[in-house]
Amino acid sequence: MNDEYKADKLCIHHSSFCIHHLIMRLLRELLFPVVAVVFAFIVGGIIVWLVGDNPIQVYKLLLGSALTWPDGIGYTLFYATPIIFTGLAVAVAFRCGLLNIGAEGQLYTAAFATAWVSIKLGGVVVTGMSGVPVQPWANLPGVVLVPLAVLTAILVGAAWAGVPGWLKARFGAHEVITTIMMNFIAVGIVSYLTQYHYRTQGDPIMESAPISESAHIARLGSFIPGLPARLPVNVAFILAIVACALVYVFLWRTKWGYEIRATGANPQAAEYGGINVRRQIVLAMAVSGGLAGMVGVNEVLGYHHRYYDSFSDNYGFAGIAVALLGRNHPVGVFFAALLFAMLQRGGIHVDAFSEHVSKDLVQVLQGIVILFVASEAFFRGSFGRFGLLRRSKV
Amino acid sequence: MLELREITKRFGDVLANDHINIRVEPGTIHAIVGENGAGKSTAMRIAYGFYTADSGEIIVDGEPRRIETPHDAIALGIGMVHQHFMLVDTMSVAENIVLGAEPGSAASIDLRKAAQEIRALSDEFRLSVDPNALVQDLSVGQQQRVELLKALYRHARLLILDEPTAVLTPQEVEEFFAILRRMREQGKTVIIITHKLSEVLAISDDVTVMRDGRVVGRLKTAETDAAELARMMVGRDVLLRVEKPDARPGGAVLSVKGLSVTAGGERGVRDVSFDVRAGEIVGVAGVEGNGQTELIEALAGLVTPSQMGGAVELGGRDITRASARERYELGIAHVPEDRHRRGLLLDFDLAENSILGVHYRKPAVSFGPLLDLAGIRDRALEIIRDFDVRPANPDLPARALSGGNQQKLIIGREFELRPKLLLVSQPTRGVDIGAIEFIHRKLVRLRDEGCAILLVSAELEEVTSLADRLLVIYHGRIVGEVDPKRTSQEEIGLMMTGGRKGNAE
Repeated sequence: MNDEYKADKLCIHHSSFCIHHLIMRLLRELLFPVVAVVFAFIVGGIIVWLVGDNPIQVYKLLLGSALTWPDGIGYTLFYATPIIFTGLAVAVAFRCGLLNIGAEGQLYTAAFATAWVSIKLGGVVVTGMSGVPVQPWANLPGVVLVPLAVLTAILVGAAWAGVPGWLKARFGAHEVITTIMMNFIAVGIVSYLTQYHYRTQGDPIMESAPISESAHIARLGSFIPGLPARLPVNVAFILAIVACALVYVFLWRTKWGYEIRATGANPQAAEYGGINVRRQIVLAMAVSGGLAGMVGVNEVLGYHHRYYDSFSDNYGFAGIAVALLGRNHPVGVFFAALLFAMLQRGGIHVDAFSEHVSKDLVQVLQGIVILFVASEAFFRGSFGRFGLLRRSKV
Repeated sequence: MLELREITKRFGDVLANDHINIRVEPGTIHAIVGENGAGKSTAMRIAYGFYTADSGEIIVDGEPRRIETPHDAIALGIGMVHQHFMLVDTMSVAENIVLGAEPGSAASIDLRKAAQEIRALSDEFRLSVDPNALVQDLSVGQQQRVELLKALYRHARLLILDEPTAVLTPQEVEEFFAILRRMREQGKTVIIITHKLSEVLAISDDVTVMRDGRVVGRLKTAETDAAELARMMVGRDVLLRVEKPDARPGGAVLSVKGLSVTAGGERGVRDVSFDVRAGEIVGVAGVEGNGQTELIEALAGLVTPSQMGGAVELGGRDITRASARERYELGIAHVPEDRHRRGLLLDFDLAENSILGVHYRKPAVSFGPLLDLAGIRDRALEIIRDFDVRPANPDLPARALSGGNQQKLIIGREFELRPKLLLVSQPTRGVDIGAIEFIHRKLVRLRDEGCAILLVSAELEEVTSLADRLLVIYHGRIVGEVDPKRTSQEEIGLMMTGGRKGNAE
């Protein structure tokens, strides 16, 4: 560990700001994710070459199509939005020492609840399977309805994650098990509600009735010059950036974040410091679930404008990968989500325009990136030959 | 017997061993002393094959040898007993000893034969260890002898002992030294790593002193004294005794009335009553694991009330059910016994560590829930300055500091609270002599400012020299209160093992 702190020794100890120190720390944090991505691309390239395509052309296609203006970039940002939220969700829980596998269930319940509020309070009459029209409770204007729907997404996600948090704090039930189970329950409940109560009679697709137009949030193209409004990237992307900033402030600049991080770093020391560890577990899970719930805003208010069953492209699980690659830091999560979104966007083009390679290549690349990041300790060990010594005190 | 020649070992950019030379004569007891981080353990781990030296030679019985694994060392007749025992609790002594060197064929272990051999060895060195006893039923002292047997069973001619007396009572230390002397008589060679100078003088024939990864001297024990060794270890004159004026105690700050703690199970606290007054240090002496941990944790609010009985009062106010944070607010500070487990967030920087416990209020918090980073940094710098924490960089993670500096940071953090009552446990464990002196002076000064201090330490010398009154704890009960100035260590040691009752009961 000593060479890592070489930077610190060069610092002038009493200066309140040390650029050199910060840069070295940044490089240290960046090193591994970057190495992992480069490695993944090399291995992926070999695979492409083995199946008989030109790796350079495929990569050109993959990245080039994701970075074209405006379509490539627009779609990349759209794909990035949900996994920024789930990445943040996993990161917050992880900072408290918890592995939230349940972002998937949290975002499903939150998305459904958002749609429900936007129907029930948005003046939408639903004629479900029974054929009897169900009247809404109110018809609120957008300025009230949209914030209410967003709040619903956050609160329902938080509640759905809070249950496993509480089970862990109260009974010691392991959050990995309980969040997975909560995923099954979530999918079951929302599918049932969609199928039997909120699907328009005669609609062959498993989706709810459309939400009130007053609950729609704007596409970025509707106010950013040069960006066509047909691209689905919407205000939720801006909310995702805001969420990154808020999560940073929350974790590192507030006493609440301090308590969550302390609990994650060493629960016994946190307890010694007068921190109620059980409360932190519930709080961290709730914040995590609230962030996952924000996916519903992008999906329901910003894109489909209804609850669309099984809409999630494994966003909850992609969030784990994004958090891992982003080192559980909001800035890292943001860029990791962008990378994964680029791969997703580019994959479609690779599928269409390359001869032998399908878009499965993207999943191979993502898988390899995660494999490398996850075995970081192993690589640090074998590259640095410090594997064992690093942990022993001299 | 064993010689390390020009051994150099580097970890990252720390030189743990810098061209060291250690020569151990056969049939002698050789002490290696030095502060924490001086490189003693590293050197011995190289000799035992745990680490490989970057350069230099190991010479065994006059011939250069390659020792790359402990197996190589064992084959050459070198055995090592670690500070932390490596025994399987649920197995018998014989099973533990043969582990890794099982006699008999591959499929069946001939335990009976092993037990016979072990009994013979035990008798030869008068270790009185029963090969058929379960390790979990043995005392710490007996477990240590099992570790010795493990090495002897593998035909070790040279035994390396890493801080062997840390876990023993004074009586057990005497017995242990007698065993070492018998081993020397039987022609064994012993290397003992320690930082306790009295033990060096009591047991060794030769002593090698290390400082900062270098050997700074090799002496005949008979020709040196504690002051000279301490000076060589630290590099300057060191005050070995705590100098303190008599305490002038005020009223009772802490009153413990019939406190019982069931949290530690067997090792809990049973019906304990005592007072700690303002301006005095009350010491708790006892062999580790006799309820000290549970006592301090209960007083610090770290034990759930359902696992406690009796009452605790602070300045006349009942705090039996108060949480850890409420106790902080009432003026109780706590230096925990295990700084890595309780006291620090090792991956957090020093600034963040300096507010643990007070992170929710001024000066850590400025506006609403927002942390005042500049204020936190200033506070950290103040602690770093007042308590001489090195390196003086609040941005370093706590992990990067040596044990002594970590301890100074914790002590600084707790002292800065200006507590009415300080609970302090093992304040100098794993801390080097220079820092020990510093911490002791700070404790006495805090006492003289009127703080009530409850001190628990496994170092008998430390409690007897710091405490104004001394409680002896045994099996969770206070078995006596003594005046540390008028009671010999032997007497206290006897009480610590339940041998004699003090004048309090």
